Amino acid sequence: MSERRIRVLVAKPGLDGHDRGAKTVASVLRDHGMEVVYTGLHKTPAMIAEIALQEDVDVVGLSILSGAHMELFPRVREELVSRGMERVLMVGGGIIPKDDMAALEGQGFAKLFGPGTNTDSIAEYIKEEVARRWAEEGSEA
Amino acid sequence: MTDATRASLADRLLAGERGALARMISWAENAHAGFPAALEAFWSRVGRAPRLGITGPPGAGKSTLVDELARAVRAQERTVGVLAVDPSSPLTGGALLGDRIRMEDHTTDPGVFIRSMASRGSHGGMARAAVDAMDVMDAYGLDEVFVETVGVGQAEYDVVAAADTVLVVLCPGAGDGVQALKSGLLEVADVIAINKADLPGADRLATDMEESVHIRTAGREVWTPPVVTCSAGRRDGVERVLEAIASHRAHLEDHLVEHRRAKRVQQVRQVVGQRLDHALWVTGACAPRVEAHLREGVTPYAAAARLFEDLTRSLGDLVQEPSA
Ligand SMILES: Nc1nc2c(ncn2[C@@H]2O[C@H](COP(=O)(O)OP(=O)(O)OP(=O)(O)O)[C@@H](O)[C@H]2O)c(=O)[nH]1
Ligand SMILES: [Mg+2]
Repeated sequence: MSERRIRVLVAKPGLDGHDRGAKTVASVLRDHGMEVVYTGLHKTPAMIAEIALQEDVDVVGLSILSGAHMELFPRVREELVSRGMERVLMVGGGIIPKDDMAALEGQGFAKLFGPGTNTDSIAEYIKEEVARRWAEEGSEA
Repeated sequence: MTDATRASLADRLLAGERGALARMISWAENAHAGFPAALEAFWSRVGRAPRLGITGPPGAGKSTLVDELARAVRAQERTVGVLAVDPSSPLTGGALLGDRIRMEDHTTDPGVFIRSMASRGSHGGMARAAVDAMDVMDAYGLDEVFVETVGVGQAEYDVVAAADTVLVVLCPGAGDGVQALKSGLLEVADVIAINKADLPGADRLATDMEESVHIRTAGREVWTPPVVTCSAGRRDGVERVLEAIASHRAHLEDHLVEHRRAKRVQQVRQVVGQRLDHALWVTGACAPRVEAHLREGVTPYAAAARLFEDLTRSLGDLVQEPSA
């Protein structure tokens, strides 16, 4: 594997029309050396999963401010699993209450980031987690 | 990844599995150790899809036009793969890949496969990865393959130049035609589309380009790139672009095989160039030998001449120096 880089999909499911946060995270991840595909607003769970599949990303990051995360996040997860992408690292952020974060982390999401999270720490988390998974993959060979 | 799954990724690709297509493109772009053997396995299926390269200055409307061209291909019930290359940051190596936002109507269409690729800066590496990815899409069975790059440098030209037909997209306002000339964009063009024809200056730019093309091609037995205008953003004039592409394809028809073989020679040249460079300078003994020459106080040219002489002796008649 001579030149692998972390590929991330930053996606906005649902109807809210604010993507400043998502764009900020996307550019911070880029500055940390990742290759970031950004979807734009208003994507359905099926669209997000299909893009993740075509782009063969290591990470799917969802951003939502509308409050529909408990409905939409698990649906994105389902769509990914139905495409055989259960191993992709899933993270999310936005205005999400603590209880919901805990619930989602039990449903296949690796980590949820609340408002005001330091964006560099998101990048560091992703780097560590992906490195760990790649090492696991390597040792299976 | 186990050996079993490695062996079968090519089979899964040929069986039409979308996830395998995506993963095989990753192998191509990562120069994965398993890729050359996989290519061997699906090589017999490579070569069916016409390949269109789309390039031009930033923001000219390339992705918007690709979106429309893909729509036209789908209207004929043909499938299409799009490879969208965006530059990597030279500082961090990261990239924001945004071309597919302009193509989102096709997201859930099973007849369209869109893949974003970062240029990753290494010279030659990007063209290699992009050509390999096109081969993968072709073998998978997509009927047409498009590749979009920003027309900014040699590496980007190398990518589109590997396509059968090169479409250069310009637009008024983004500098004048002289810049397009200077950048060398016109030299790679088989078709020139002046996009954003709804904006002032498009007709003028089209006339300038026609003139430049005429100056370059008049009296020579070479293809004369047609210049067409369109407004991809308004879905206007796209059929003229399609016709121009079709006319270049018809022109290629008789010698497509030779045309492609010549491009493959360039691909092999790049691969060999990289391997040779590595074998001579990284793992090989050239650097210490040159250092020894330089220690004697000779000029860099003299050191190079001595090394070259050593090399030609072992390479025999593969090497021919130009007669002075
Ligand atoms: N007025 C006008 N604007 C257009 C037209 N086609 C595209 N645009 C706009 O031009 C801008 C750039 O379009 P893209 O398709 O992203 O251009 P691009 O060449 O792919 O850009 P890069 O990949 O970033 O180099 C967008 O805002 C489009 O909406 C057109 O026909 N007329
Ligand atoms: Mg583009």
